[in-house]
Amino acid sequence: MSATTSSSKIEVRIPTILRPFTNGEKVVSADATNLAELISALDKSYTGLGERLLENGELRRFINIYINDEDVRFMGSLTATLKAGDSVTILPAVAGGC
Amino acid sequence: MTRYESLEASLGHTPLIGLPRLSPKSEAGKPAVRLWAKLEDRNPTGSIKDRTAIAMIDDAERTGKLKPGATILEPTSGNTGISLAMIAKVRGYRLICVMPENTSVERTQLLEMWGAKIIYSPAAGGSNEAVRVAKELADENKDWVFLYQYGNPANTLAHYNGTGPEIFADLPTITHFVAGLGTTGTLMGAGKYLREKNPDIAIIAAEPRYGEVVYGLRNLDAGFVPELYDASVITRRFSVGAEDSVRRVKELLEVEGIFSGISSGAILHAALGVAKECVDAGVGADIAFIVCDGGWKYLSTGIYGKDGDSEVLDGQLWA
Repeated sequence: MSATTSSSKIEVRIPTILRPFTNGEKVVSADATNLAELISALDKSYTGLGERLLENGELRRFINIYINDEDVRFMGSLTATLKAGDSVTILPAVAGGC
Repeated sequence: MTRYESLEASLGHTPLIGLPRLSPKSEAGKPAVRLWAKLEDRNPTGSIKDRTAIAMIDDAERTGKLKPGATILEPTSGNTGISLAMIAKVRGYRLICVMPENTSVERTQLLEMWGAKIIYSPAAGGSNEAVRVAKELADENKDWVFLYQYGNPANTLAHYNGTGPEIFADLPTITHFVAGLGTTGTLMGAGKYLREKNPDIAIIAAEPRYGEVVYGLRNLDAGFVPELYDASVITRRFSVGAEDSVRRVKELLEVEGIFSGISSGAILHAALGVAKECVDAGVGADIAFIVCDGGWKYLSTGIYGKDGDSEVLDGQLWA
């Protein structure tokens, strides 16, 4: 099996708080094969978004990113791989129902 | 033994129930993948939070923090408050709960029934805001006892000493443990215990994904990670939306006859996802998950009705 580097279209859901960066769009898309590439691609289209997600090259503490509902922090974080059709959701950390 | 000295003494030892109809079928010749529900609604006030509440109050009494007649303060979206209210009533304490205003009406009714006083926090900001308001009140009222379930090690210990050992005793072949992520006490406590018993176990978190109201926070730095949370305990973590949670609550009801609260639907969704992966991989699994409470407190949301769907949860804090 050979590694492939071809890009894939990824759908990204943007939380209310970050929509000023995406001109109010709730869902945007970008080409990427992993999360780091995705954030870099998003930042090119929506300047300033990357800085709201990353700090010193790592995910910000209160930012959670999910690939198909699964938390990327348990999937290699910024190296988590993406394939065409994946859905990415960005959310601030929220206390649960307790 | 089913005789107890008091209601409180009947805490825990909840049944672990097999789900023969919801568990996915393995291919012929492949090992079985089985789902097991731990019914935490069979606790004194009907939720897993009785474990947390009793453990925190016992600890505060033991350490002298809680004196007779004292006032207890707690941020809660309902279940912890209800548990604390019952125990406070029986043991002679006053209770003040800080609760988001967008929780179901039954929770207010139950809290008031046991004599708790409620201070509402704004809906926008959800539980984060209730925590913030409670911390402010704790600073202003030094004589109130702030138990603080999100950072109180007694919460984790309740599950390390109770929930975890109970599950392992009932299911020594457990391969996966799935629970909700709120204070994180259940996953941290039971998760640590179960991993000590079986280093290969997968500890899986399912957190409810709330609507726009809660995520419309003022800034990202207002995010909240409970002090009890230790990511190293967890193997995988899922965020489950209202639609999937409601669908699973109905499946649990219609297929296995279990009437659960809405957050248990989120947990079942993650458990079923993992179960399917095991079937696809041809490996056997014993997957235990938590049913946090029964559906009674959520009837007013309308999700259990014939036409009830997840849209009715818009703007509500449903776990």
